[in-house]
Amino acid sequence: MSEPQEIIPIGKNDLVGMVARFFSEGYRLVQIGCSTLENGYEVNYSFDKEYRFKNLRVTVGSGEDIPSISAVYANAFLYENEIHDLFGVPVTNINIDYGGTLYRTAIKTPFSVENVKLPEPPKQKAEAPSKPADKPKQQTEPTEAQKTEAPEVQKE
Amino acid sequence: MRSFTMTKTVLKNLLGGPATLMYPKKKRTFTAITRGRVDNDINKCIFCGMCSRRCPCYAIVVTKDSREWEIDRLKCCTCNLCVEICPVKSLSMENQYAPAVLDRGGGVHKLKGPDKPKREAAAGAKGADQAQ
Amino acid sequence: MAHKNVIPFGPQHPVLPEPIHFDLVTEDEKVVDAIPSISYVHRGLERLIEKRDFIDFVHVADRICGLCSFMHSLGYSQAVEEIMGIEVPERALYLRTIWAELSRIHSHIFWLGVAADAFGFESLFMQSLRLRESVLDIFEATTGARVILGVCKVGGVRRDIDAETLKGIVNRLAILKKDLDEICSVFIDDYSIKHRLVGVGYISQEDAYTLGCVGPMARASGLSMDMRTIGYAAYKNLDVEPMVETTGDCYARCLVRVRETFHSIDLVRQAAEKIPEGPIDIKVKGTPNGEYFSRVEQPRGEVIHYAKGNGSKFLARFRVRVPTFSNIPAMIKVLKGSEVADVPNIILTLDPCISCTER
Repeated sequence: MSEPQEIIPIGKNDLVGMVARFFSEGYRLVQIGCSTLENGYEVNYSFDKEYRFKNLRVTVGSGEDIPSISAVYANAFLYENEIHDLFGVPVTNINIDYGGTLYRTAIKTPFSVENVKLPEPPKQKAEAPSKPADKPKQQTEPTEAQKTEAPEVQKE
Repeated sequence: MRSFTMTKTVLKNLLGGPATLMYPKKKRTFTAITRGRVDNDINKCIFCGMCSRRCPCYAIVVTKDSREWEIDRLKCCTCNLCVEICPVKSLSMENQYAPAVLDRGGGVHKLKGPDKPKREAAAGAKGADQAQ
Repeated sequence: MAHKNVIPFGPQHPVLPEPIHFDLVTEDEKVVDAIPSISYVHRGLERLIEKRDFIDFVHVADRICGLCSFMHSLGYSQAVEEIMGIEVPERALYLRTIWAELSRIHSHIFWLGVAADAFGFESLFMQSLRLRESVLDIFEATTGARVILGVCKVGGVRRDIDAETLKGIVNRLAILKKDLDEICSVFIDDYSIKHRLVGVGYISQEDAYTLGCVGPMARASGLSMDMRTIGYAAYKNLDVEPMVETTGDCYARCLVRVRETFHSIDLVRQAAEKIPEGPIDIKVKGTPNGEYFSRVEQPRGEVIHYAKGNGSKFLARFRVRVPTFSNIPAMIKVLKGSEVADVPNIILTLDPCISCTER
């Protein structure tokens, strides 16, 4: 049974403003999570008030930094240190900054883009339904090719 | 607020005897579905390899040509998936846990199945040829 | 100005069940600041999704922690089922609820024993663990193992409990309730325990809300927060009531956990009466494509499982946010201004489960 869960994508410059607005409306910070994408990271801020769940999503590229929200929510420092240590995303102005010693691992930033191999989505499923549709496509393609060739001939 | 509230229980325990078993003199009673260790009835096994494919810990190794089945009991997490998936029900879960060993290799348990009876197979083939 | 000392607390300490480290900055006997330090048991379990497909990963989720083992596999299965849109049969939901409540009972009794051991009450510790054995015997009779149950899977549960066994479970819990009554009256009424717990480690309701407290720590400060009221599994058909206290000190947290244990015994009885007949699992087809946050109420608070799939049989991301991780900032606030001798008590009423925290 599913409960309504909202995910709102925002830019990193609007982050602190929206978080301050949530704080004034009485939401509590539930978690800050991070996922590795192909070329960057997706940071997820989750808030909850009376069991209604809202998420703010910020996408950053590799090496970009994000501002800290620990000025608004004091308990965010633990999550932000974890993101910095495991993923390598620099977070500026955390109120208690461990400087990389919160998680002591053998490889630095084990979850970063270089170290994580994302699973590939299956390609066969995309090709299979297109097989019966190939025939009509083949019929249309030569006509499109003819159309593109015709104006070129005219231009020449 | 009361004091000495625990005295009654303490006296009952003193007079009632210990709550622990004198193991290994008295053996522990296991239930019928306790997950202890995996064993194979090698005469029934058809070496299809389904248990090896399903194992999440990669503890079972099956070689069909030489008819060998082996399990590394130190890797096995007794999840019972191999027993459920076996098509001929030759695998079973005993309710006694595997005993302790002295080194990492000591947990490997190898079984070799009987060779396929060749005469019967040849007779079957000849009979089929003659029928045709 | 008083002289400041730094006293290290942990990772090895007779009171702690798992390793965590606090650097306590003290002036004379009062703690002025506390700096937590984790990562003694970091195993990097979240990267194992690259090696095991989404059906086999339930066994890894079971092994994140020993005490909260069933709830982790329950949260994971729920997250994947919601992504794939699988409807779990009713009987499986009720069975999951019964095992979850039994998990809560055994975890709280264990906590009671360890907390009693922390302030030196050895006989109460031994008696609690003796009573806990009957719950572990129920686990072994119904699932085959005592601690890591391995009975929840994506699409339902793997074993069934028949009606005879259910009646036996309810009877055994009724006997347990009588024994628990005796122990808990020691906990609630004894003069020496009250002397050590009342007025110690106070946190106000506002601080608990803004610092992100969850679980019994929040409910003891007056916040009525219980994820079971959302209605996952079979809780929508049962009578769940969050136990709330308003005093906000260590004694209130103990009371909340004691009351929750009795409430769980009642919930198991309700679930055993209402359980319907039917299948216990459903066949899983396809692969997960999407994302979902699944929220479950563990014995220590609210746990969040986040799963994201992109169509292949390996998940793209799996994240667990455990209640102890969320309670650590509040713990630091509580430790400031307390006496050094009270620090083990306060940390134990937080009920830290460090192997969950640092998966």
